[in-house]
Amino acid sequence: MFSVVNKELLEGFLYNVELFTITLLLSLPLGLIVAFGSMSKFAPLKVLTRGFVWAIRGTPLMLQLFVVMYMPGLVFGWQIPGSNPRMTAAVIAFVINYSCYFSEIYRGGIESIPKGQYEAGQVLGMTKTQTFFRVVLLQVVKNIVPPMSNEIMTLIKDTSLSNVIAVTEIIMAANAFSGKGLIWPLFYTGIFFLLFCGILTIVFNKIEKKLDYFKS
Amino acid sequence: MAILEVKDIKKSFGKTEVLKGVSFSLNEGEVLSIIGSSGSGKTTLLRCINFLETADSGLITVDGDVIFDGADKSKKNAKETREKQLKIGLVFQQFNLFPQYNVLDNVTLAVKLQAKERPDYKQNKKQILAEIEEKALKLLADMGLSEKIHNYPCELSGGQQQRVSIARAMALEPKILFFDEPTSALDPELTGEILKVIRELAKTNMTMVIVTHEMTFAKEVSDYIVFMDNGVIAEEGKAQELISNPKTERLQAFLSKISD
Repeated sequence: MFSVVNKELLEGFLYNVELFTITLLLSLPLGLIVAFGSMSKFAPLKVLTRGFVWAIRGTPLMLQLFVVMYMPGLVFGWQIPGSNPRMTAAVIAFVINYSCYFSEIYRGGIESIPKGQYEAGQVLGMTKTQTFFRVVLLQVVKNIVPPMSNEIMTLIKDTSLSNVIAVTEIIMAANAFSGKGLIWPLFYTGIFFLLFCGILTIVFNKIEKKLDYFKS
Repeated sequence: MAILEVKDIKKSFGKTEVLKGVSFSLNEGEVLSIIGSSGSGKTTLLRCINFLETADSGLITVDGDVIFDGADKSKKNAKETREKQLKIGLVFQQFNLFPQYNVLDNVTLAVKLQAKERPDYKQNKKQILAEIEEKALKLLADMGLSEKIHNYPCELSGGQQQRVSIARAMALEPKILFFDEPTSALDPELTGEILKVIRELAKTNMTMVIVTHEMTFAKEVSDYIVFMDNGVIAEEGKAQELISNPKTERLQAFLSKISD
């Protein structure tokens, strides 16, 4: 029995890890773009971006999953393509949601860099792009590692929410057993998340240590 | 001929007029100190000359080239502005070193980025980079920092950090070096080492403009002193004379307050 449960749960957890990985890969760069939008000097873009971020952060991710899953079909009569449209819908909802959260972390990080760093770059004849990528960015990264690690730990746990649109992730797999009268697999899923977060903690500690050589 | 000419610079922030028409000029190899109480506009003046603020009107010429013309309202080309920027260097009150680079890289970063734009960069890359490094090492040696080239700014004292930032500004070979209260962020026992460095630079005929509160130092190191008060130059003249024999009441009042 144990090996059957293990296999099923592991298969389910692969969905969690897949959703986690794709979301992370897409929303980390996308979040930076959203952050630039929300700091834009062009007022309409800034207002629009901040409004969008407010709407996404102000509504439940679960609701957003439903919207992405059912809106295209209900309103436009359009089906999400692909072999696993539910997973695709989950990825879209997660990427949008996490890009907005990341964008606020980026914005905080970027705004925490003293103006003097930009001014030093300028008087040394560096372009704005050079100053950002050569001087500011690594300091931002250092500043945002703690809040980012928080958010990324939340992400792996949030992936379970995708079961509301019937992505067969780990908790859904475990729930199938409890339907058959077997309750312990449900609690056992916790181990998977704990182990995963344990690895994340180690990785983030490494990154923090690595950036310890300077103080900004 | 004057290497720096500043004509009728005006600058307001909102309704507050910070600079009400400031003009002065400076010859090559000379040192000018700008003194005055806080809020007199001296730092704003420095920032206007260094493109950190845009003056509302006026004219600034460096070595015969107009680097700022308030009458010219056309959109400035970023590349041209950068080239003009490189004619002058600025040392900040708060050093503003780049924390993630070691001392040597702080000094060479901008120079290396500059070098990339040279047409012969690709062919002579190694040689160019070696030359840049060699020059930086020499500058750092002059600043007494040879031992510290691999240290990071957070491992240095304030005085050492400020010396790195002077080397960093010098590495771009500016025609004029500006200092914005270079010792104000330092403990009193550390100001001496920075003043010594500036004194040495003055001996090499480096043209410098120094905003400072160190009156004795200003009198000793500079050729000319400009006293700013309330957005205008209230008095200017040869350093010794101006400090020993102030003519205006405002400067007399300022100097007596300082010596208290």
